[in-house]
Amino acid sequence: MTAVDLEAKSLLKRFGSHVAVDSLSFAVTRGSFFSILGPSGCGKTTLLRMIAGFIGPDSGDIEIGGRSMQGVPPNRRPVNMVFQQLALFPMMSVGENVAYGLARRGVGRAEREAKVAAMLERVGLPGAAGKRTDELSGGQRQRVAIARSLVLEPTLLLLDEPLGALDLKLRERMKIELKQLQAAFGTTFVYITHDQSEALVLSDQVAVMNAGRFEQVGSPQALYYSPATPFVAGFVGANNRIEGRVSALHGALADVTTPEGWVVRAQIQAAPDGRRPSVGDAATAFVRPEVAVLGRTAADLDRPTIAPGDEAAPVHEGVVESLLFDGANSAVLLREARSRAEFRVALPQTGRYADLKVDERVLFTFAPERAVCFATGGGGTGGGHG
Amino acid sequence: MAEVGSKTTRLLLLGLLLAPALVWLVGVILLPHLDLALLSFRERIGPGEFSWSLAQYRTFFAEPLYWDVFVRTAVISVIATGLTLLIAFPIAWTIAKLTRGRVSALLFAVCLIPFWVSETVRTLGWMILLRETGVLPAVLVSLGITDTPVEMLYRDATILVGLVYTSLLFMVVPLYSSLESLDDSLIEAAYDLGGSGWTVLRTVVIPHAAPGITAGCIVVFMLTLGNYLTASLLGGKNSLWFTEQIYTQFITRFNWEQGAAFGFLLLALSSLMVWLGLRLSGQKFADVMSRT
Amino acid sequence: MRKAQTRRAPSFTARLTALVTLLSLAVLPGVAAAQGTLHIITWADYVPADVAAQFTKETGIKVEVTLSNNEEMISKLRATRGAGFDLAQPSQDRILGPQQEFGIYKPIDLTKVRVERIQPDLLATVRRNATVGGKLYALPYVWGAEGLVVNTQRTKIADYLDLCRADLKGRTSVRLRRPTLMAFAFAMGKDPFALYGDTKAYSALMDQVGARLIACKANFRFFFDNRDQLLNGMRSGELHAAMMWDSGGWKLARENPAIKFIAPKSGALGWLDTYTLPARGKNEAAAYAWINFTLRPEIAARIAKNIGNFSAAVGADKLTDPRLRAQFAESFPGGFKDVRWYPAIPPGLEELEGRVLDRIKAAK
Repeated sequence: MTAVDLEAKSLLKRFGSHVAVDSLSFAVTRGSFFSILGPSGCGKTTLLRMIAGFIGPDSGDIEIGGRSMQGVPPNRRPVNMVFQQLALFPMMSVGENVAYGLARRGVGRAEREAKVAAMLERVGLPGAAGKRTDELSGGQRQRVAIARSLVLEPTLLLLDEPLGALDLKLRERMKIELKQLQAAFGTTFVYITHDQSEALVLSDQVAVMNAGRFEQVGSPQALYYSPATPFVAGFVGANNRIEGRVSALHGALADVTTPEGWVVRAQIQAAPDGRRPSVGDAATAFVRPEVAVLGRTAADLDRPTIAPGDEAAPVHEGVVESLLFDGANSAVLLREARSRAEFRVALPQTGRYADLKVDERVLFTFAPERAVCFATGGGGTGGGHG
Repeated sequence: MAEVGSKTTRLLLLGLLLAPALVWLVGVILLPHLDLALLSFRERIGPGEFSWSLAQYRTFFAEPLYWDVFVRTAVISVIATGLTLLIAFPIAWTIAKLTRGRVSALLFAVCLIPFWVSETVRTLGWMILLRETGVLPAVLVSLGITDTPVEMLYRDATILVGLVYTSLLFMVVPLYSSLESLDDSLIEAAYDLGGSGWTVLRTVVIPHAAPGITAGCIVVFMLTLGNYLTASLLGGKNSLWFTEQIYTQFITRFNWEQGAAFGFLLLALSSLMVWLGLRLSGQKFADVMSRT
Repeated sequence: MRKAQTRRAPSFTARLTALVTLLSLAVLPGVAAAQGTLHIITWADYVPADVAAQFTKETGIKVEVTLSNNEEMISKLRATRGAGFDLAQPSQDRILGPQQEFGIYKPIDLTKVRVERIQPDLLATVRRNATVGGKLYALPYVWGAEGLVVNTQRTKIADYLDLCRADLKGRTSVRLRRPTLMAFAFAMGKDPFALYGDTKAYSALMDQVGARLIACKANFRFFFDNRDQLLNGMRSGELHAAMMWDSGGWKLARENPAIKFIAPKSGALGWLDTYTLPARGKNEAAAYAWINFTLRPEIAARIAKNIGNFSAAVGADKLTDPRLRAQFAESFPGGFKDVRWYPAIPPGLEELEGRVLDRIKAAK
């Protein structure tokens, strides 16, 4: 049995009538990189601040390292936090920043200096102890912020979107660095972000949070390939969303027909309560851009390799709306012929179809097993156009 | 050529912009001070006749009375400044960190209210409150704390109360602005790293607010040192305030030479204290002045 | 080496003042031309509003009053070298010294004054004390005397030294000014006025008086600076007895019959306030008009009533409030003979007295 470093038990927090964190229960295993992914206002910051101890829950409990944190103030929790703006102390040198927590614990000067030097070495900043924090680059500042926390050997390191303030290039590099640091130290990281790519790249486990609840907790792959809810499907990774009603069921597949009559076939995902859609129900289908295949003629769509199942995958027709060139992530934005709905298809890495013209008619198809659909009736996410 | 022309124009403009400040500086500050300086080095040798001398400064050092009053004024001013800081800090903290919008505006207004009336009225208010037949002694008697009304005026403590009351706003404002600029996450980070309330205050809040603290202390110290009314009215027969000595020399003794010398000694004292304050707090004058 | 410097050398401030004055004259042409305004620097109550209004009605001259006291009057005039006011009203003993020292007044032209309207004995007193270089610099205006005010329900006193009695600890008050030094010197059986010419002996006497007042300091609740401060102290009962001048004492007596104003056994000190012309007053004609106007018996009586003291104008006495006359008779059974006038203070003495006063203030 794996040890659990953090466990939340029916955690609830209200601000006035707004429920920020809604009876949340979850566990984070020791040594894992756990991300909480959600849009702003979903309650993830509140959750993090409750774990750190800056705010107390209205009900429920948090256990860290098996110990209840009820009534334990933040300065006595085996938890440290890396703040969004890093919050390095500008009036102190790098070394003093890293030594801050040790000094508060009463660690002697000599030992403190040795530990600080060793820690700075480990995060790749040897000899930086004497520098002022504003002499460092953004990445180096982040490493100091992490070093400042890790030198205290906390059970849990909380990170509050620390990459948010960095530019794209640096963010990419720091993602890798963070992952390596976590692997090297083996400390349990709890990371909150609204950036799904950060969550996917970094984490062992990701919790997708919406309106105070976890929509789904799982590995990045599970979230990406088998989203449990329409929200997860829409929030994690790029996805084409097609809304309509179930017109036919084919075993694990369903046909979702839009009001304009465009039929999309996709794998049925049961709702969290186990409900499956039946014919006539409002439903939403999600098709990832890289799942779809493009062709100028029907012959271009080599259907057997696309749809290995019994049935041939349906072919759809669209008009090129615009070309979105982004290197390896290049895509074409189509308008589906019947519904005039937008549909995004990834361009093959081979460079084929790079010569597509706007208003050109194209065909596309995808394997229904790799698309998903959810019943969205009963006040769900915009079921049907009627 | 056009370059030169525009440069002259710019200089001219700059001159025009600075003119009011210069006129003010030279006419209202520099010239009178020069005149006072010259005055302080004169000695009356006969009716309407004067000669250059250091007699005025000699008198100051020879007469223990003046020296005592000088030191006493400095000491009480330092104590008043310290007390003002102690009282203003929680107020500024509350306004800057614990309240928002209307509540903090209201708190500011409360600090400002004493300044809606003149210093005289303010001080007379204290006198009405504290005199033997005043409000507070009567309250103390009715509560059974004292048997008979106690005279609360004319004590050093009374002077301190008045001075602190008068100075509070001048401490709260620079403290507020420096505390307000302190990022809350720094406090949280310090707390998160194991700091207690006191160590966070000592290691993070105070170092950050140091320019504001120094600025407030300098302003309050100078105000207190130069205060006349509060000290003389609340201190009564024992006030012994140095500005009172200056006033007396100028107005009741017609001894402008002595008064001018006293004035310069006070100026020297306040400059020295400001310098010491900056030294002790490790602040730069320009940083501090930008806070006031 | 000492370089002699005379007061003729204008100071920076004087130059600056002159410059500012010139500028303002250039900018505001109408101002100086007016026969319009009479600027008076004087004590509170000395220019009743109704009297000023009547004067304006009769002459068309507006009256502007600045309230002050002896020391401030002299200091202000010294600062401007006698400019800014057309008439000042210092006490008769405070004219000779400042005039010799600072030259802030100009001589009175007696041909422009209705001298016959002034009581001759008071004019003689002023002549004795306010003549510099053979020229007269002041005319008498109002007079009164300083003595003791006592709350007879609380205590009984007869002389200044009684203020220092052990049973009156914290219950008395005096001003920390020269009249107090003089009063206590007389109460101690000395005559300071006789020593005015002998600085050494005078200094020794003042040291003695200073020591006496220091020993008495615990008895003084506070040193009062203005009349109201003392009146409030007596009214509230915080004070039982104090040194005070007659008008204030009688005012209290009218409010509370238990409070009396008494002439001390060692003698009441008489003060006499005057008309003087500041050296650089601009509206001399208006000043003379005002002097003659206020010397009219009925006007003088109104002024005296307003102040609560006695006018120097002939015939004003008869018009004085009978109650005030009764109070005077009660306080001064011997009449005028009980009052001792201040002689003019020679220059330099006040500096010496000042140090004594400072020492009293500093004593614990």
